[in-house]
Amino acid sequence: MSIKNLNLQSVKTLYLAEMARSLRTVLQSIVSPVISTSLYFVVFGAAIGTRISEVDGVSYGAFIVPGLIMLMLLTQSVSNASFGIFFPRFSGSIYEILSAPMSYVEIVLGYVGAAATKSLILGAIVLVTARLFVPYSIDHPAMMVLFLVLTAVTFSLLGFIIGIWADGFEKLQLVPLLVITPLTFLGGTFYSIDMLPPFWQAVTLANPVVYLVSGFRWSFYGISDVSPLVSLAMILLFLGAALAVVAWIFKTGYRLKP
Amino acid sequence: MIRVEGLSKTFAGGFQALKDVDLTIRRGEIFALLGPNGAGKTTLISVICGLVNASRGRVLVDDHDNVRDYRAARRLIGLVPQELTNEAFTTVWDTVSFSRGLFGKPGDPAHIERVLRALTLWDKRHNRLLELSGGMKRRVLIAKALSHEPQVLFLDEPTAGVDVELRREMWEVVRALRAEGVTIILTTHYIEEAEEMADRIGVIRAGEIVLVEEKHALMRKLGSKELTLHLHEPLDSVPPALAGHALALAEEGHALVYTYDATSEQDGSSISGLLADLEAVGLRVKDLHTRQSSLEDIFVSLVRERR
Repeated sequence: MSIKNLNLQSVKTLYLAEMARSLRTVLQSIVSPVISTSLYFVVFGAAIGTRISEVDGVSYGAFIVPGLIMLMLLTQSVSNASFGIFFPRFSGSIYEILSAPMSYVEIVLGYVGAAATKSLILGAIVLVTARLFVPYSIDHPAMMVLFLVLTAVTFSLLGFIIGIWADGFEKLQLVPLLVITPLTFLGGTFYSIDMLPPFWQAVTLANPVVYLVSGFRWSFYGISDVSPLVSLAMILLFLGAALAVVAWIFKTGYRLKP
Repeated sequence: MIRVEGLSKTFAGGFQALKDVDLTIRRGEIFALLGPNGAGKTTLISVICGLVNASRGRVLVDDHDNVRDYRAARRLIGLVPQELTNEAFTTVWDTVSFSRGLFGKPGDPAHIERVLRALTLWDKRHNRLLELSGGMKRRVLIAKALSHEPQVLFLDEPTAGVDVELRREMWEVVRALRAEGVTIILTTHYIEEAEEMADRIGVIRAGEIVLVEEKHALMRKLGSKELTLHLHEPLDSVPPALAGHALALAEEGHALVYTYDATSEQDGSSISGLLADLEAVGLRVKDLHTRQSSLEDIFVSLVRERR
């Protein structure tokens, strides 16, 4: 389908309504993630960080900035997007979206676009906030933005999938808490994987978040655990996989259209 | 306006909700779909509106196939669902405007205002949905469905759980819409609603359309009448001399009830025959009245008959 055929009015309506929803809950959706991420900067960056030796020539406080932003980006993208589609399913108001003259692409653009936008706004706020506590530099700003955007979109797609798969609030929380957060903590946010014993280094490479954090950190300081090109390839791979699953969902009507 | 052809729906669990349904809805009419719970009313509407995939058959909305040409088909349709489903925290104005945009129409505050005024929601336009009563919420759903100026409006059980006054108001709204040329399909349990509103009536039972008929023709055709004869002296049983007539005792022997079909040919003579026989037996009639069966009676007998 070409851009010309897109029903932009519908996409815009859905997108703006989703954005308005998070403005209504600004404390929960913006203030709280910014504060909780900032706490890490205060504790690990400014307080403890000064007593920890440099990693690859970067002060510890600065070293953890990219990983923490990634952590926040992943969890927020997933939770925003999953809640965005889960809530209308839960309340029943999804009937209106499904009976509207909208294609699947347009529905995804509206929901995932809004969720990714929110995460990116949060990412920008946290990036600025971090500067208050920790000095850092960005060597490759364009690549940084690219990593940020690709990650926000990919994980918003993942959230969208979870929001459709979940049949209760418990499942909605399950993946972010049990999968995303552990993977991020073990994904080299707080350490370089060189610091691990060889066996655990190998295990860690099976963790997709390692590639995200490593690539993102490279865009800041030019240091990385794996080549930035590998990181980029991995993100694109996740993106492709997420798109495939979303396409399958709409093709089969899974949990949306009996 | 809408053509449903050979439509079947079997759900994943194996339950067949629709069996080879054929149905044509004419432009500008009010069509009432009557049926007991679980008959397939909502499933049929859901398939037409694109909420449920059909297993077989097709649906044409103003000649647009609702799967291949879903955009054109769906643009013409407004749907008011059975359940009160709302985003609780948005305002009436916002949610109705949202619906219009979702259907791809540019904003038109004048139209939204007209819709809200017609549904007496104008004073509530800045209220959040959670502050509204059940009847108000239902009107909001109607306003949402009308926001994009549909040509066909589906009302799934529009007056379930709505008080009498509001129901009358709702009927007025529906009539006004019909006057504007909107085709209306409503499902209902309330037979009086179909009787009051509909031009044509379809009866659905266990996934099959049992009957589609003009309302008046249906009532004429299936409408049996009852003649009640109040007697001077009570009877213990129907006298044997009158056994040839379809008579039953009522009111503890104080009345005889004669059931007949007003449309059949010999009826006139059968009533005079009955009256003559009564005379012959020496029964004196104090009073008499007749009653035409309502749509409800027709419906109940129809559903029972086919069971």
